[in-house]
Amino acid sequence: MTMAESTAATESSHEVHHHKEPDFWSKYVFSTDHKMIGMQYMFTGIVMALIGGYMAYVFRMQLAYPGEHVPGFGTVTPLAYNSLITNHGAIMIFWVAMPILIAALGNFLIPLMIGCDDMVFPRINRLSYQIFLISVIVLISSFFVPGGGFGGAWTAYPPLSAQSQYNLTPFGAPLWLLAVALEFVAFLLGGINFITTTMNARAKGMKMYDIPIMVWMIVIASLLFMASVGPLIAGAVMLLFDQTLGTTFYNPENGGDPVLWQHLFWFFGHPEVYVVLLPAMGAVAEVICVFSRKKLFAYKTILYTTFATGILSFFVWAHHQFIAGIDPRMAHVFTVTTVIISIPIAEMLFCYIATLFGGSIELRTPMLFALAFLAEFLIGGVTGIYLGSSGMDIYFHDTYFVLAHFHYTFFPIAIIGFFTSIYYWFPKMFGRMMNETWGKIHFWGTIIPFNCIFLPLFVLGMAGQHRRIYNFKNFPDLATPDLHNLRIFATWSAVVMLVFQIPFMINFMVSIFRGKKAGKNPWKANTLEWTAPSPPPHGNFKELPVVYRPPYEYSVPGREKDYWPQNEPN
Amino acid sequence: METAIIDESPDKPSARKPFLPNGVLGMICFVAMEIMFFAALISAYMIVKSGMLFWPPPDQPRLPVVATAVNSLILLASGWLLFKAERSFRREENGKGAYRLFQFSITLGTLFVLIQGFEWVRLIGYGVTMTSSTYGSFFYLIIGAHGSHAVAALIVMALMLKKMKMKQLSAVDFWCSQIFWYFVVGVWPILYILVYLN
Repeated sequence: MTMAESTAATESSHEVHHHKEPDFWSKYVFSTDHKMIGMQYMFTGIVMALIGGYMAYVFRMQLAYPGEHVPGFGTVTPLAYNSLITNHGAIMIFWVAMPILIAALGNFLIPLMIGCDDMVFPRINRLSYQIFLISVIVLISSFFVPGGGFGGAWTAYPPLSAQSQYNLTPFGAPLWLLAVALEFVAFLLGGINFITTTMNARAKGMKMYDIPIMVWMIVIASLLFMASVGPLIAGAVMLLFDQTLGTTFYNPENGGDPVLWQHLFWFFGHPEVYVVLLPAMGAVAEVICVFSRKKLFAYKTILYTTFATGILSFFVWAHHQFIAGIDPRMAHVFTVTTVIISIPIAEMLFCYIATLFGGSIELRTPMLFALAFLAEFLIGGVTGIYLGSSGMDIYFHDTYFVLAHFHYTFFPIAIIGFFTSIYYWFPKMFGRMMNETWGKIHFWGTIIPFNCIFLPLFVLGMAGQHRRIYNFKNFPDLATPDLHNLRIFATWSAVVMLVFQIPFMINFMVSIFRGKKAGKNPWKANTLEWTAPSPPPHGNFKELPVVYRPPYEYSVPGREKDYWPQNEPN
Repeated sequence: METAIIDESPDKPSARKPFLPNGVLGMICFVAMEIMFFAALISAYMIVKSGMLFWPPPDQPRLPVVATAVNSLILLASGWLLFKAERSFRREENGKGAYRLFQFSITLGTLFVLIQGFEWVRLIGYGVTMTSSTYGSFFYLIIGAHGSHAVAALIVMALMLKKMKMKQLSAVDFWCSQIFWYFVVGVWPILYILVYLN
């Protein structure tokens, strides 16, 4: 089986070292191998995604059938509802999107794609995952303290989050903040590793423009994360003091300023969107090139555009606060910057579409997910322009329109982006192929219900449905049958989508052990990870590769094969 | 430099001569994040301050401006001595001069932290506490954040000093601990001007 194979591979490639085979604990739990740490992040992320999905199921049922018994949960109290939506948001962004897209893919792929044997700080890397695991444990234990998990919304605006007489979760709130802070320390350590490894440990001959877009995206995302996380940590410390020591940083009664938290949170929060978006964009770029057998259109433009997006993303945060009492003149400035940031992103999407143009497209499962990413993210981006203009936002703020908008950005990023990469890199991770037919069933069973969930929510938002309502039956204007039927439709679509994740899980688990053997390079791709054995042994390469050309030389005229791996001299 | 690139043996784990050593680059990333952290604390402080009619609040005691100015000079001297220690270390690795200068630098840094702690005890006695007003809250938050960084840096430097005594200190490790201490020293004048002088 896979394990035995990888053991054999390890032994053969390490005959010189004569090291003894590590036991279970040092191999799977306290490993410093970047691939194992990537797997740990990925499986933790999948478990958290299941928890977050379950939470979404419970509160969607409550919204469709208010006050009724929810199968698998019971009756949803208002307190439980608050806690469920808060933790759904926090889990999906901080414990699913970030560990899977940045930490799992970054750890697994960066050393393989730049052709080195491991991260430059392997022990810091292990520490990063251990701190992340502690943050998961703290978060989950916060659901079981008196008062339940934190119920002040994932953005944690004070005074709701700062004072327990408002949020009614005196123990859940500080624990939640602590978990978030630990999680950021973990990603900080990971990010330092990603940047240093990519800058210092690339294979011989790999120049800046020979680095695959995926690696660039993770590095730029790490840079954005590091530049933006400091203010949030500062804000979180102040909030924690407000909660526990009784300081008044955010309490206007004693000279504090509640909007201050919103500035600190969104100064981090908006770049954070790009922190998770960029790795997904990178994975899509790799997949699109491989499955249309074409060179990536405008590699340098995409790279510069990404830098531009990254810089711009630090100047748009106040578009989350147009009705929070900020100066209207400031709102104008932030409207302009927000609309400007759609230009580089649109440019990247155009480059991807131009890559597809005229290619010999092969619709394998990863490619389907990559194309779906482009289409769905486009809807998220376009609806963002409405919300970014301060005039429109006065009407749309805190409605389901906003909710549908950011699910149309985060779902493609976190879920479709994850499926794109898992279907594409699965052969490298486990040495076997996933089943194509079940992959396609999973694809359609995910994408169609996804649109059925969130398109109705746009309509509900435009009808004025506010985000933070526990029971719509209490609002006669919103409880009309027309609107309520849309809610029920969205809820059942969510259930269907969750059910269609079962074939994926089965396909995933079965393929790890029984899938067709993949070989080194099943997709005929150019980047360096496909020159390592699948799954790569400890140390990755038998001999460290040397790079001779950029990563996207597909269908070069005059060559017999339609691909040209980076490490082949000619 | 150039010969180093050509002479590299193929079995070395890192295939290139990096522009900056791994540890230094990692430390620079970390310090960049720390700078943003302090920038956020300072901007939060300025926003709250600008919203107040009277600052510092009339019923709160003043901060010790002169005593802290002297203490600031101690900290700056510590940074300067570390710089001299680095020069000496570069001329003659494991020489006696570098060790003495480094030791003196750490002593001055520790003195700075102790004087700060002494001032804190006096201020609490006068009634400036974390919960007495936002003035007190921000004072302890910002100066406390700086103080905890100073303590962390001093612990790291003490470990480096021990290594230096045993003649095991590598130039990169020394360089990393210096970057962290220069950050602690360099951010202090800004905090002093913004928090004490107003």
